[in-house]
Parts: sequence; structure tokens; C-alpha cells
Amino acid sequence: MITVVFYIFIFLSIYVQVFFLVTFLERREEIHRREGRVIPSRFPSITIAVPCWNEEQTLERTMCSLLKVDYPKDKLHIFLVDDGSTDSTLERMRTFEKYSNVKVFHKENGGKYTALNLALGYCQTEVFGCLDADSFAHPEALRRLVTYFDNPQVMAVAPSIIVDHPRNIFERCQKIEYEWAVYIKKMLGFLGGIHVAPGPLSLFRRQVFNVIGSYRPAHNTEDMEIAYRMQKHHLKIEQCNDAYVYTITPNSIKKLFKQRLRWIYGFLNNTMDYRRLLFKPQFGHFAIFTVPAGLISVSSVLYVFGRIIGNLIEWVGDKLNQISAVGWNLSLSFPHLDWFYFNTKSVLFLFLFLYGLIIVSILIGRYMTHGKFKFSPAIFYFIIIYSFLAPFWIVKAVWDTTRRKNPSWR
Amino acid sequence: MKVDWKKYVIVFFITSALFLTAIYLSNYFNNRKLENLKSIQDKISIDILSTETKFTLLQELACKEVDKTFLSDELNELAQKIEYSERNLGGQNESVTDLKKYYSLLQIKDYLLMRRLKERCGIKSNFILYFYSNTGDCPECGKQGLILTALREKYPELRVYSFDYHLDSPAVRALISIYKVGRDLPGLVIDGQLQPGPQTIEEIEKLIPPLPKNIKPTEETEKN
Repeated sequence: MITVVFYIFIFLSIYVQVFFLVTFLERREEIHRREGRVIPSRFPSITIAVPCWNEEQTLERTMCSLLKVDYPKDKLHIFLVDDGSTDSTLERMRTFEKYSNVKVFHKENGGKYTALNLALGYCQTEVFGCLDADSFAHPEALRRLVTYFDNPQVMAVAPSIIVDHPRNIFERCQKIEYEWAVYIKKMLGFLGGIHVAPGPLSLFRRQVFNVIGSYRPAHNTEDMEIAYRMQKHHLKIEQCNDAYVYTITPNSIKKLFKQRLRWIYGFLNNTMDYRRLLFKPQFGHFAIFTVPAGLISVSSVLYVFGRIIGNLIEWVGDKLNQISAVGWNLSLSFPHLDWFYFNTKSVLFLFLFLYGLIIVSILIGRYMTHGKFKFSPAIFYFIIIYSFLAPFWIVKAVWDTTRRKNPSWR
Repeated sequence: MKVDWKKYVIVFFITSALFLTAIYLSNYFNNRKLENLKSIQDKISIDILSTETKFTLLQELACKEVDKTFLSDELNELAQKIEYSERNLGGQNESVTDLKKYYSLLQIKDYLLMRRLKERCGIKSNFILYFYSNTGDCPECGKQGLILTALREKYPELRVYSFDYHLDSPAVRALISIYKVGRDLPGLVIDGQLQPGPQTIEEIEKLIPPLPKNIKPTEETEKN
């Protein structure tokens, strides 16, 4: 029974990767990576909200990137919203009030979604967006993003997020992960199955909020919930692979753990909130593929983690048995080099296929990001380190979900 | 967006093809391993014939010309490969079972030869016949196996012959009958006497006839 469950999980995991690859092969001609200045057919007016809570370290750089964005100044409005910061964020915000298109708001601390809703209340432009205060927009980002609004069906468009100057191994691993996500998100965009409109510079037609309402607490993942809600209302979300936003990522295991715990917790709980959409064909690939694929990932990792723990307990039991039988005087046994002893079970080949597909996906993502296939040893660091770490934040997220304990932001 | 069901079906077939490829590759390499085992099997047949020939020659040879470590390395290599194959291909695999039967025969031949060598040439060897079961009716067998491995490392002159109690082999059944090995496994035959039930290192060391004090390799092993 255990073996059957294991094979089902690995089949589904490979299925998901093949599905992405088939989508890529079908739609690859439609993937463009624009290098130079883009001239959109029109420049819709845009409001970008920058919600801040204790962002004195990065606010200036975020603002400078926004001010340097190549977009008509009279069409771009920047709302800086201080969500009750306890540091000098508000004072720093005030220094930008000299720019005519910048407005500063201050409110009691209430969470990111409340800051966004405040900005939304004042928004009078055709398009509304958000830029997290730890992210920096590429100068061409807005021009490239708005081209997607030429299609009147498109209600929101998400950018490609890239790790800003990775310094240590964890940040380099995340850089690979984000580049992989460029590919995954683009494929989900083709499928109409995007499930997150990320905080860094996703743009929405203002009318979206008139239809579906404002931001909600959403288990501290309001950018995920808004996408779920849009999918529920059949509002199309696109992915612009060549609109880049650079973001600062967690630089330690602890910070990474907290961030991913929040994301996975948000995914599980938003999925539960919108469970009625699941597997209903009228909600398209979002309900049939995207969310089930996420659930398969979470379940597979939990299952494999459980088996690893089980094997570890068995190994410790064997060693204790050995010690009780022959004492501590254990001779060292080295692995046999004879090929006969290499594992040739089918599961090994299935894992090779699965990881092969993942590596191919990462390389395509890097191609879509950098314009060339770049192999990096960090791909292996990413696979190895995430294989070790991911089960922990997934297990914790499931545990917190059972206890209804909402993880904090930081 | 409308769901493209055709794509789901195509992806299902591609994934199934990958699955079948994995199973094919696994079978291919497992068959190669079985071929490897069969080649060892052939070697065993030759070795058995060789053993029988040596039995005959023993009557005419001087003791110094007899190889006292006869088949020891081959036996160990084969034992390890059979154990690995049993674990990975399953104890019910016909090829593995056949190999175990040959292996048991070879061990019996080696045991008989070594006993005659000991009698005729006075070599300092001790023998343990170890009857085990891996069908779940011997919870102590794993532990007993570890103890015997440790003893074999400690005393290189100690020869341990392992037999699967449930192996369908007339030769093994004959041994079981000769030494009256019951179902109280593990069963150890030390110096011709059956010791039923699990035995500790200390108990076995008391039972084996004292090994010569020349056990320098043992002392070195202990230092290592």
C-alpha cells in the first residue's frame, strides 16, 4: 500500500512537470523577451501604492527605482502608505513629497492589506498596482506590463521577480528558485491559471476592485487571495516575463523559513477558503491544474518527509540493535564499488526523470530571464538545500493550519 | 479559460511512457545483475567440482600443499551479493533462491573439506553452522548475524557457515536432521554440538575450542 501511494505521488509530480513542458513547447513562439524601450499603444494612468511598515532601510532605493521608471510622470501616481511604522519610515517618506506625483499617507498599524485598501480608496487612475518596499522596479517594467492591457480581457498582469544581488548561498538558491518561477508563472499565465498576483508590481485594472471588492486579510497572503478571487470571477491574469522587479530575499535560514511558512500557510488556507472552486471545469486550469498541482507538491513533500523520518528511525533502531549485540566496537563498513550494488530500482529512474525535468525547467526559466541558457552550480545547491529545508516549513504550515495559528510577517 | 482536456490526456500518456521507461530500465539492470549472479552460479559449479577433486587429491597431497583459505573469498563475495539481491529483488525470486541452494551446497562442501583438513593436517580452525530464518519467525536472527560477523572479524580462523532454515534444499535438510536443529531459531552448531536459541559473544567464545594464541591479526584489528 505504501509503495502504491509513493508511486502515485511520483507519477503526479512528473505529470505536473510534463504538463508545464508541453505547455512551453506549444506556446514557446509567444514568449518574447524585449530588450529595448517598448512603445505601448497607450499609457493608461497608474497608481502604485508602496505599503510600508518599518522599511527605513530600503524605502529610498525602492522610491528611486519608481521615480526612474520610464513612464509619463503625469500618468504615474505614487502613494506611500505608512502602516504605523515605529522607525523613521514616515520621516523618510516625507522627503519624497516634493515630487508632484507622490503622496504620503499615514495610518495606524493594521497590516499590509489595510494599507493597500487605503491607497485603493484614493486611487482615481485606470490601473492600480503595488510595489513592496523591499523591491525595485526595472526602468522599463511599467511600459512592458501595460502592453498586456491592450487585450481588453486582461484584468491584471504580474511581473517577473528576480533576486536582487544575491550574496550568500541561501540568496543564490532563491535566485535559482525565482528564475524557475519566471518559467512556471509564464506557463500558468498561458493556461489562465495564475494563483498569485505578487506584491512587487502586479498591476490591476481599477475596475477589478469594483467587481470583486478590496483586499482582505487572507492569512497574510493578500496577493494570493486576490488572485483566487479574480479566478473565481473569471477575471484574466497575465504574466509579463520581461517586466523585471528586483527584490531583497531572506538572507538566513530563519528568515527564509518564516517567509515560506507564511506562503505555504497562505496557500493551504486560501485553498480551503476557496475549496468549492477545486476541480470545477468552469474555473479552468486554475481549478483543475494549478491548485491541485500545489496540493500534490505539499502532499508529496510531506509523504517523502514521513518516509525519510521512518527510515531514519529504522536505521537508528538497527544501529542500537547492533550496539546492544556487539557493543561499540563497530567496524567501519565502506560502500561497495562493484556496480552490482548500485540501486537500480525503478524509483531511482523516476527520480532521475523528475529532477531532469526540474533542471530543464530551471534552465528555461534562466533563458527567459537572461536571454541565454546559463548553467550554474547553484541549481544543485538549490535542489539539495530546498530538499532538506522545504519539508520543515511545509510540516510547520500544515501543523499551524490544524491549530489555526496564523504565522507572522517577520 | 476553457479546459483543454486533450492536453491532460496527452500529458498522461507521456508521463506513463516515462514510467514504463523507468520500469524497463530497472528490469534491464536487474536482469544484468541476475546474469552476474548466474555467472557466479556457474563458477560455483566449477568450484564444487574442484572441491570434490581436492577431496580425492587430499588423500595423496602433503598438508603443506593444501590451500587452507580454500574458497573463503568467493564465499564471502557470494554471501554479500546474495544478501543484497535477496533484499532488493525479494527472497521469493527464483534465481536468488537457486543461488542460495548452490551457495549452501558450496558451504557444506567447504565445511566437510575444512574438517578433514583439520583432522589430517591439524589446522587451527573452528566451525560454526548457523541456521537462521528471515520469514519473520526468528526475531533474534538479525542480532545473531551481527554477533557472528563481529566474531568472524575478531577470529579470522573461525569459519561461519550460514543456512536458511526454510531453504528447500535436501543437503540443508540433511544437516538440519543430522544436528537435530529445531524451530527454536537461531540455531548454532558449535564444535558439532547444537546450541539452540540466541547466543551472546561471550557465550560463543566459551563454547568454541580455544583458538591459538597466534591471533596477531585479531589484536591488530582490535587496535584499529
